[in-house]
Amino acid sequence: MEVRTEPFVLNLGPHHPSTHGVFRMRVTFDGEVVTDVEPMFGYLHRGIEKLAEGRTYTQIIPLTDRLDYLAAMSNNWGYVMAVEKLAGVPVPERAEYLRVICGELMRIASHALATGFLINELGAFFTPLMYMYREREKILDLFDMLCGQRLTYNYMRIGGVSHDAPPEFFPAVKQFVREMPSYIDEYEGLITTNEIVLSRTKGVGVLPRNLAINASASGPFLRASGVQWDLRRKDPYSIYDRFKFDIPTGQNGDVYDRYWVRINEMRQSVRILEQALADIPKGDHRSRVPHLLRPPVGEVYGHIEAPRGELGYYLVSDNSIAPYRFHVRPATMINLTTLRELAVGWKLADLIVIFGSIDVVLGEIDR
Amino acid sequence: MAPLPQNPGGHSAVLQQALPPDWPLGNPWLHFITFTIIAIAFGMLMIIAFIYVERRGVARFQIRLGPNRAGPEGLFQAFADLIKLLLKEDIVPARADKLVHLMAPIIATVPALAIFAVVPIFGNGALFADLNVGLLYVVGISSIGVVGVFMAGWGSSNKYALISAMRGVAQMVSYEIPLVLAALGVVLFAGSLSLNTIVDQQGIPYLLLQPLAAVIYFLAMSAETNRSPFDLLEAESEIIAGYHTEYSGMKFALFYVAEYGHAVAASALFSTFFLGGWKGPFLPPVLWLMIKMLVVFFVGFWVRATLPRLRVDQLMGFAWKGLLPLAVINLVITAIEVLFWPTQSMWPLVPVNIVIAVILVLLWSRIFTLGGGKIEVKQGRVEVKGAKTVEVKV
Amino acid sequence: MPKQSKLRFNKFGSGILKGMSVTMKNLLGRAITTSYPEHKLVVSKRFRGNDFVWYPDKCTGCATCAKSCPQGNVKVVTKRGEENAYDVETFEIDTGRCTFCGLCVESCPYDALCLGREYELAQYRRGGLVLSKKDLLESEARQPSGYFRPKIEKKLPKQTLLLERAGRKKSKNGSSA
Repeated sequence: MEVRTEPFVLNLGPHHPSTHGVFRMRVTFDGEVVTDVEPMFGYLHRGIEKLAEGRTYTQIIPLTDRLDYLAAMSNNWGYVMAVEKLAGVPVPERAEYLRVICGELMRIASHALATGFLINELGAFFTPLMYMYREREKILDLFDMLCGQRLTYNYMRIGGVSHDAPPEFFPAVKQFVREMPSYIDEYEGLITTNEIVLSRTKGVGVLPRNLAINASASGPFLRASGVQWDLRRKDPYSIYDRFKFDIPTGQNGDVYDRYWVRINEMRQSVRILEQALADIPKGDHRSRVPHLLRPPVGEVYGHIEAPRGELGYYLVSDNSIAPYRFHVRPATMINLTTLRELAVGWKLADLIVIFGSIDVVLGEIDR
Repeated sequence: MAPLPQNPGGHSAVLQQALPPDWPLGNPWLHFITFTIIAIAFGMLMIIAFIYVERRGVARFQIRLGPNRAGPEGLFQAFADLIKLLLKEDIVPARADKLVHLMAPIIATVPALAIFAVVPIFGNGALFADLNVGLLYVVGISSIGVVGVFMAGWGSSNKYALISAMRGVAQMVSYEIPLVLAALGVVLFAGSLSLNTIVDQQGIPYLLLQPLAAVIYFLAMSAETNRSPFDLLEAESEIIAGYHTEYSGMKFALFYVAEYGHAVAASALFSTFFLGGWKGPFLPPVLWLMIKMLVVFFVGFWVRATLPRLRVDQLMGFAWKGLLPLAVINLVITAIEVLFWPTQSMWPLVPVNIVIAVILVLLWSRIFTLGGGKIEVKQGRVEVKGAKTVEVKV
Repeated sequence: MPKQSKLRFNKFGSGILKGMSVTMKNLLGRAITTSYPEHKLVVSKRFRGNDFVWYPDKCTGCATCAKSCPQGNVKVVTKRGEENAYDVETFEIDTGRCTFCGLCVESCPYDALCLGREYELAQYRRGGLVLSKKDLLESEARQPSGYFRPKIEKKLPKQTLLLERAGRKKSKNGSSA
């Protein structure tokens, strides 16, 4: 007797607890084994790129908050850096340090959430996520102190940052930096050697080094595959050439390595924060920039190492107050294109975990 | 044992047989009604208590406060939820199998409460029916629950529910075997299948005499009742709510009751088999049983608050490669011990059995490896032969 | 940097037990959440609440705020008043469309517009979200926030930080790398 199974198609999402928003996968299963995945996105499309063409350069900054809403600070930063490059605006020293502090705090918050949701998708009942939310909450408190909002900061400005830090900011960040390693130890105690986590993630969803490079992946997703590529080192922007830090890389490129790289990047971010806090200079936080900036005709591509990978902004200026073209290179969308290669042959549960390990934010993908 | 009536047929004979010897009122029907009410009331009370304890407890594990609004310290939260669910619209999917969809929650709920019929709650002999095949009854009744789960998955015409139902059947069937084999170790020591006798015989809690069986029983029990880390039926990150995705209102509430009912029953059975049931000094027996059940349940949700869940193939592998051989070995060792060990001095057996348990667990842990689980797919079809193993450096 | 190769798959559950000890430690600790409507935390001094405070005496009707708004959300209508000054006839902000980016407050040259510190302003009708001249005035209940207003910022109470409520005095193994 021949045993045969019928493949069946399942629309995973857009309303699904673990699609990180409104992402839809058209998955073909044979039993529980994934035989085909077709990612579909666009459910969160707000036309940000087109909206930006009708706004002045400053008015676009709040829009960038809404791209990768879990790392809005980095989005701000990438955009204002591109504009500064285009218009040749100098940035004061103190503003650069404040930007680095914000960027690294944002990286810790974003990685904490990414790891927490990954473990949640593995099936832990919210506990690791809640612990990581706690640290993210502390960071959001700090950002709240800095710019009055917890999610959509609108903090960076062309030629600096909107506010200087209040006097109580630096002691609070120092306290956070002092405490954070012990919290990371706590996460690691919960996850790193846990046998169930290891058996669920080791060897699952392996992204080979070649495919990672060919797919133009970036961020922790790329570094987990053993490629030592970090824009903070390879194309040092801002003042990253002054800090000592390591670039953690994985060995296998599996889900576990992505988790491991993120945890260690949090440690490295703490290290950068320590150095930045130690030698932040006094001075202006913002250089004088005309209210309606008119950059010279030309185009520019500015990119930074956002928590999720290389976040690029491509701007074309026609010497008017609004950009002629505004384009975002979202890191996670490009990382997500590898989903099919990673997930085929694994089970439904693994598909969710692999998807979670890419750590997508739909605000950035759909724009 | 009360003298049995001569005619072996008829209701009264069966009832008489189940009647405890010291029942004061004589009439078996009175006994039947009284203890049905008591058992269901006890079951429901414990379910509500467990829901409260778990929600508050897990919240504290997660550094939250938990529900603290309805009533003092949120004690009436479960009632508030129940009223909300009662008032909600009952939605039946258009393409659902209506009858199956309706029957499923009932079939899932009843067995959870029916288990309490044979659990001695209030002390020696104070139970609904002192069946001499109590364990067999428990195993039989608790297996009916999975029929409800499968009916729900099949009847609601939802792919997530169907996946969950399929997982459920496979999981229940696999874990039933180690569960029963572990319980058989206890039966060998007690010399009876009756739960009342098992408690009676426990001078030393069988947790100490049968540590390996207790571990196996606890794990298999977690799988049977869909508790973490074996809660694949309700893996919300994968298959939404699993088999009860399409249920709302009171039908959903029944599934909720069934889930916690099974957890309560399993805790009661674990306490009965391994922790000495109602036995304990000073406090009344029913309180002792409740305390023991709470302890068992606490370990359950402690695990739930900490651990991720396994994958479906790892789950099956754990049952068939891990628990089943261990349970068989434990049964053999126990049988040898029961045959040759003098019954007067059981205490020296405790360290011996603990050492055996530790050695066996350490030995058996060698079979678990990392990697693997990837299936070759060719032209959209699974290649059945030889699952490919991915090499992993650790 | 730690090497991943040191990691061991212990197989018999020591990692699981380690994780369970972490959760147990947190069970014995304090909850970090608060019961919200009863215990409110103090918001940031620069808090951008869902509210605006407008000072008609300072406002000259220059409409810089309206120009800087990305949404085009601020409506200012003026007419010629006495001594070459403008009289502000209409000053409307639709908080239903507002993203509270604060660019209007930032651009105001006369400190006439401030963000508010209120955040519980849900309405039953959309119309209630449109704040016109008299809804925008400062009052006991509607205090301005210190966003881009350093003078106001100095007077405001200290923000409650989770860092201080749930901090750990000492890090266990001080090193960060």
